[in-house]
Parts: sequence; structure tokens; C-alpha cells
Amino acid sequence: MSQELMMDLPDINRRRLLKGVGIATGLALTIGINDLVRAAVAEPAKKYGGDAMPGGLKEDVLVFVSIGSDGIVNIVAHRSEMGQGVRTSLPLVIADEMEADWARVRVVQAEANEAKYGNQNTDGSRSMRHHFEPMRRIGATARMMLETAAAAKWGVPRNEVRARNHQVVHQPSGKTLGYGELAVAAAKFPVPVRDNLKLKSAAEFRYIGKQNTRNVDGQKIVTGTTHYGIDTQLKGMLHAVIARPPVLGGKVKSFDASAALKVPGVLKVLELKSSSLLPPLFHPLGGIAVLASNTWAAIKGREALKIVWDHGANAVYDSQTYRKILEAAARKPAKVVRNHGDAAGVLARDGKKFVAEYYQPHIAHGTMEPPAATAQIVNGKCEAWACVQDPQAALDAVAAHLGFKPVNVRVNVTLLGGGFGRKSKPDYVVEAALLSQAMKGKPVKVTWTREDDLHHDYFHTVSLEHMECALDAKGMPTAWLHRTTAPTIASTFVANAKGGAPFELGMGAVNIPFNIPHMRVESPEVQAHTRIGWFRSVSNIPHAFAVQSFVAELAHNAKRDHRDYLLELLGPARKVNPDSIEDGWNYGESPQRYPLDVGRMRHVVELVTSKAGWGRKLPKGHGLGLAFCYSFVTYIAAVVEVVVGEDGEISIPRVDIAVDCGPQVNPDRIRSQAEGACIMGASLTLTGEISFKNGAAQQSNFHEYQVLRIDEAPREIHVHMVEHALDVPLGGVGEPVTPTIAPAICNAIFAATGKRIRTLPIRDQLKA
Amino acid sequence: MVLLEINGQSRQLEVPNDMPLLWAIRDVAQLTGTKFGCGMALCGACTVHLDNEPVRACVTPVSAAVGKKITTVEAVGEDKVGQAVQRAWLELGVAQCGYCQAGQIMSATALLRATPNPTDEEIDEAMSGNICRCGTYPRIRAAIKLVAKGGTK
Repeated sequence: MSQELMMDLPDINRRRLLKGVGIATGLALTIGINDLVRAAVAEPAKKYGGDAMPGGLKEDVLVFVSIGSDGIVNIVAHRSEMGQGVRTSLPLVIADEMEADWARVRVVQAEANEAKYGNQNTDGSRSMRHHFEPMRRIGATARMMLETAAAAKWGVPRNEVRARNHQVVHQPSGKTLGYGELAVAAAKFPVPVRDNLKLKSAAEFRYIGKQNTRNVDGQKIVTGTTHYGIDTQLKGMLHAVIARPPVLGGKVKSFDASAALKVPGVLKVLELKSSSLLPPLFHPLGGIAVLASNTWAAIKGREALKIVWDHGANAVYDSQTYRKILEAAARKPAKVVRNHGDAAGVLARDGKKFVAEYYQPHIAHGTMEPPAATAQIVNGKCEAWACVQDPQAALDAVAAHLGFKPVNVRVNVTLLGGGFGRKSKPDYVVEAALLSQAMKGKPVKVTWTREDDLHHDYFHTVSLEHMECALDAKGMPTAWLHRTTAPTIASTFVANAKGGAPFELGMGAVNIPFNIPHMRVESPEVQAHTRIGWFRSVSNIPHAFAVQSFVAELAHNAKRDHRDYLLELLGPARKVNPDSIEDGWNYGESPQRYPLDVGRMRHVVELVTSKAGWGRKLPKGHGLGLAFCYSFVTYIAAVVEVVVGEDGEISIPRVDIAVDCGPQVNPDRIRSQAEGACIMGASLTLTGEISFKNGAAQQSNFHEYQVLRIDEAPREIHVHMVEHALDVPLGGVGEPVTPTIAPAICNAIFAATGKRIRTLPIRDQLKA
Repeated sequence: MVLLEINGQSRQLEVPNDMPLLWAIRDVAQLTGTKFGCGMALCGACTVHLDNEPVRACVTPVSAAVGKKITTVEAVGEDKVGQAVQRAWLELGVAQCGYCQAGQIMSATALLRATPNPTDEEIDEAMSGNICRCGTYPRIRAAIKLVAKGGTK
């Protein structure tokens, strides 16, 4: 999201400017109609989807596909693999369209180069959504060039040949030519223009939408022979760990390295300048680096350092105090970010109000592979190997920090041992590059320990969601007020930014299509004191926790079944233009292609409740909870079954999830993403918390920052996919399930026990 | 200097006695299949076998491995059970990012060698020391059961 964010920020100003003009009619009249028409024609069409991303979409077949004389088809994967299966799924689309045999396809990982490959920033659940169609066109182009080459070789009409499973067949004679035999000739034919491309029909797909695909990294994963960012080994490489300022904006006052230098294997201790200036961006945090002949020596050396820190202004950050700051801000009128009707007036007048507040603390990504990167500098050129979600951002940040031209930096993308948004921020790659520069270009690997990872994450934001409703006699809302209060991700990019950014508010706060006459959303401004980043599904998490819990509370208050109440709130099936809702941010997608489809929302709710046996009789201590979410242009609903024991112990025997992400390319990977996001959602619900004291994160390792283990995880997860033809555009897959889990669990707990959870994580709240 | 037997090969490694086996394997023997995750035996990513018993290499000093057979994920497939586990993992598409799976496979192999047909409780007991942040637990459980049934292709 980083680069998209960069573009969004000026966009906020532009929108404000337009709104600031206010009643523009007078102005328009003075300009005159002709001028307006000319201006409208001259204004370039607003770009959406992959076209609007930095680097855009590139569809050069000669960049993405090469064929060896041995017939092996090499396909470039230009997005980063972190478990979502993208190194398999995107090349698979090309392979299918070009009629390549998947067993004879080799996947080549692209280095950072958006000018060549198009956008590579692998987050925002965008890879398949933005690149499915370009990949199809690339594959079709390759197929048609191979067919043309075969027809020319045989001297037969073009329409008599057909590519089929890695060879071209001359249909009248049955003659065949393998792709290896055609490769050289095919590359000499002109690339067909886009309008002349003939894509396969869905019925002709051999891999897209099928279950038969070998994961390109599977064999290497189970034999331990893959290359993650932490696995780079270079001759003469130094291993570094860094003691970073515990508080954001802090710096080294003084340090004594004498004991560290006595640790066997420690070769050098040096200071990395702290970037105490805001905003944090992707700058390294600075601190003291210990370089050694192996990681263990570097860790021991760091333990022996004596450092006096100047903690700086953020040393005030204390999570207990901060919750009170959030509560105070959330209980006062604030900047209005959506206002349909007169919710404020109705709420002020109406006696019967329902009010609730929901709190979620910071959470850390906790990727199993902590951040790690290796860099060396040879002849004025830096080469890095790193587990990065956003390779181009890593390259640009390294170049800027080294004072190199970008052309003199190369970033090789390894596998990522988990990403979840953390590895979009390449501060650790910059650290490796700066240390290599300080060591005269020697290769240096920086490894973050788990403690480093949990102390210095770009944290998922802490939040306080204040909800108010005025209710009619039947307990249905007539007015809705949501004050969403959280330090903003924008503060990582713009010094002291406050208040929700459009892309945060558009994740399930302003764009709730409930059928309520008076809707108002406000965004109080609060200061960030740590680096705020995006975490799998981002602001959807706190928003869905609040909105979906609140609706369940309203349903209970109205003595109604939650499902029926929710469907009534959603109202009839209809397509809502996101632009008709205040800001209109819709994951960067076109409002025409991606309307808010209430019919699809209703359908996932109906599907999941039917599959989960909603309303079935349950044993004592069991409960079912429901939640839905529109996240990354995908529609999700989940039903969780919980069991709460006599002692307050929670277990989750079953989760049902309905997923409507449009057409499916790699169905098994969609299911696995749903399963994984479900368990990550359960983790943040039950135990996920990073708290701050004196400005520093308090949790250091997995004993304090607990994540779910196999014995605590939902025992059964049933994923129910909604089928679509290709006329529906693709939705996101990696992120959307996460936000539904917390409210569904809390609603299930309420059903089981009558206890309402409004503060995450649950931890031992039921044990009191 | 320490003499270790890793995956059937004798390796003379120039490491101090108290260096955790993990770093001797990864940085010095340069076998990177065994992963670092926590350094405190909390996550299981570094699980290897010492004389067929699973241990967390991040807290096991190399001195404790002297004279024992060290097996890492790179060689676990030479064992029949290990190979069946790897096949089941592939068949059910267990791995997502794959980073923790070396440790998961080592723990699962040790479990299935000792207990060829484990109950859910035995799976919980043997596998709850291995964290997977991608959330592959349901498939890990299913893959272990697949091996138990002898069902891999």
C-alpha cells in the first residue's frame, strides 16, 4: 500500500480543494460552458486498478516468457511470494492461456524493476485482482506467436494450426511441432496487437479454476532447500544484529562496546545514525550494530553492549493512558467524514439511544521469518537479497540512503517467510546496505531477532470505535453514528498526520451500506507515538469488530435473530455506487466495475448461515456467532461456533466461511488463505496484544506475544466459495477473511454465555 | 573445534561449545533448511532430530549434540516416515509461506515414528510447540492423519 498511499495523500488535498469550492455553480457560470466542456475533454480519465498503481501494468510477452530449445517455458513471477501462492498462480495464468504444460514450466523470480515488470508491490490483496487479465493477454500473445511460427514453418494457413499442451498441431495432417522447436522462430514474429488477441473461453481452461496445480515451491519447502531472506549466504559475509532505540524517535546518547568486542567472533561495532526526524517512512531506526562471523556471536555481542539512550518525545507513550485519550476523543464531536441525513440531530433529540465502544490494542505481524536482508557493494553498485513485499520501494530506499542512483542498486527478491504487510516496509534492507557501505562493500546480512521484530514493528493501529444508534419502536436504527478513533497509517508517511485517511475510513467505516435513514461517521484526530503500518486487512479489523458486534448487540436488544436483523439492516439487493458515499474510496477500483453489491453481501450471509446450520440446537456452553465484511472488494461472512467451559476456557470446534471473491483462479490457495486468515483472526481475538510503556513495546517474544497454536486453533474450518463466471471482476483473497473472525467469535461467546466482549484480546476476560 | 555428525556426514566445525546447534547448522555448516524463529524454544521452527528425538536447536548447545546423529529437514526424507510426511504435506498443500514447515515436518515425523496412529490429543501434544503464523494447522493435522492411514500416494 505504501506507494498507493503516497498517491492518496495529495489526493486528499485535491478532494478537499474540490469540496472547498463548495457551491461551484457560480464559478462554473462565469467560466462558461465551452470552457467546462474543453476542460472535461482535456482532463485525463481517472485511472483505476492496476493502471493506477506506480509502474502500472506491463504486458510485454518477451519480458515475461522465454522458451528454451529444450522446451522448458520460463515464466517470470514479478510479485512476491509469502504464502499466498502467487509464484504459482500468476505464472499458471500465462501457462494456461499459452497452452504450456505446467510440468514443463519453470518460474523465474523478477528482481525489483517496476519500469520493466509493472507494479510489484505485493500487498492490498491486489496480485490476482490486477494482474489476471494482463497475464491472460501475455499467455494468449505467446500462444498466437507460436502458432504463427508453426504455420509459417509448415507453409500452411494460420487457421489450420492450434496450440495444444506445449506443442502446435497442424489439424488437417496431425503434424506437431514442440514449443522448444518453435521458440526461436516465434520470437521473430511481430507481437500481435492487443485488439487481435484471442483469449481462451473458460471452458478451455486447463489450470485456471482447477485443483490440479503443483505449487512451484512445494517440493523445495518440504525438503528445506528454498531461499528465504534470512538464508542468504555469501562468501566473506558478516552477520549483523542491531540494538535499536527502544522508543520511536530515540537515539544513542553514548555507548561502550569494549565488552562486546571481546565476544569471540565479534569483528566490529558501529553506530547507525538514528533518524529521529519524523515521519518514520522506511528509514532505519538507527542504533548500534554488532558485526560478527556468525549470528550467534553478533547476538552475544549485542547483549554485552552498554548503551545510554535518549528516548525522545515518544517516551510518554503508555497504552493504559492512551486508551483514555482515545476514549476522550471518541466521546466528542469530530471531523465528519460521512453524513447522510441528520444523524446528529436525531441522536440529540431522540431519547432512546444505544451506545457501545470497542477497543483493540496494537498487534504485531510476527512473521515466522523475522525481517532479514543481505547487501554488498561492488564497484559502486549495491546488490541486495531480501524478503520484501515491495521490491521497488526497497530499491528506492536503499538508493536514497546510500546516495546511489537507482540504476546502481539491484534488489533480488527471495521467498518471504510470511509478510502480512510487515515486509512492505524495507527498513531492514536499508540497514544491510548501510552496514555494507560502512564495511567498504563487504557482504553483510542483518538478522532481526524475534525481540527486534516485536519491539520495532510497523504496528497494526490501536483503536477505539465509538458507536451510537437511535432506535425506532421495533429496535431498528433510525440514526447511526460511528466515531472511529485511531492513530493513522498516514503518520508513517507525513509528520504528525492525524485522523483517518480515506483508505482507512473506506475500509468498513464510511462504506457500510446499511439501510438507515441517518448515517454519520466521524474521525477524531489522535497523535501516533509509534510506527503505524498495515496488517492483513488493515482498518477493516477494528471497524468490523465494532460494526459487526454492535449490530449483534442491537439485534439482541430488539429481541431479534441476529441473522434476520442483519439482513434487514442491509436491505434489499442493490448495487451502491461507492462514489455516492462521501469519499468514495473503493480500494482504488472503478465504481462501475466494483459497485458495493448488497445482493452479494446478503448472499454470503445467507450461504454461510445455511452451511453452518444457523439456529441449530446446541449443547450448553456452545454458541454460534455471525459477522460479515466487505474487504478488498471481496464479500465475506463467517459463522463461528465456540465452546466456553465452566472455567471460562474458550475453544473453537468449527468455523464456516463464505467467500465471494469473484472468479477463482487457484481455488485451493483461496481456501488456504481463508483458513490462514481465520486463524490469524482468531489469534488477534484471543491473545493478540502489543502494549507500550515509557514509549517501548512491552512484549518481547512468543511467550508474551502469544499467537495461536495447533491445540488452540479452530478445529474445523469449512470454506464455502461462491462461483462466478468471468464477467464478474476478481476480488482480493489474502486479506478479506481476517476481520470477520473477531466479531463472529465475540458474538458466539455472547450467544453461549450472555457476556459481551468489547475489548480485545479476550484472554482471560471470561475467567473472572 | 567440535566434531558433529549432521545428516550422516562428519563435520568439523570451528564453533564454541555453547553455541546453539541452530547457528552451527545454519551459519557454519551452511544448511539453511533449519529455521530461526524465536531463539527461546517457543516456536519450533528450528526443530531437528538428535538420535531420532526432536529437539529445539536454538537452545541446544553444540556440546549436547556431540556423539549423536543430527538429522535436519534436508535429510529427513531418507527415512520412510519422513518421506511419507513430506509427501502428505505436498498432497494436502499444507505449506503456505513454508518457513515453519521444516520444524513442523521434523516434529510430525518424530511423532509418527513413536506413535504411528496418533489421536487428536497426541497430535496437539506433539505439535503445539510449533507455531505457524500462516495458520496451516488444520492441514497439518489432516496430513498427519493421512500418513497414519498410510494414505499418501
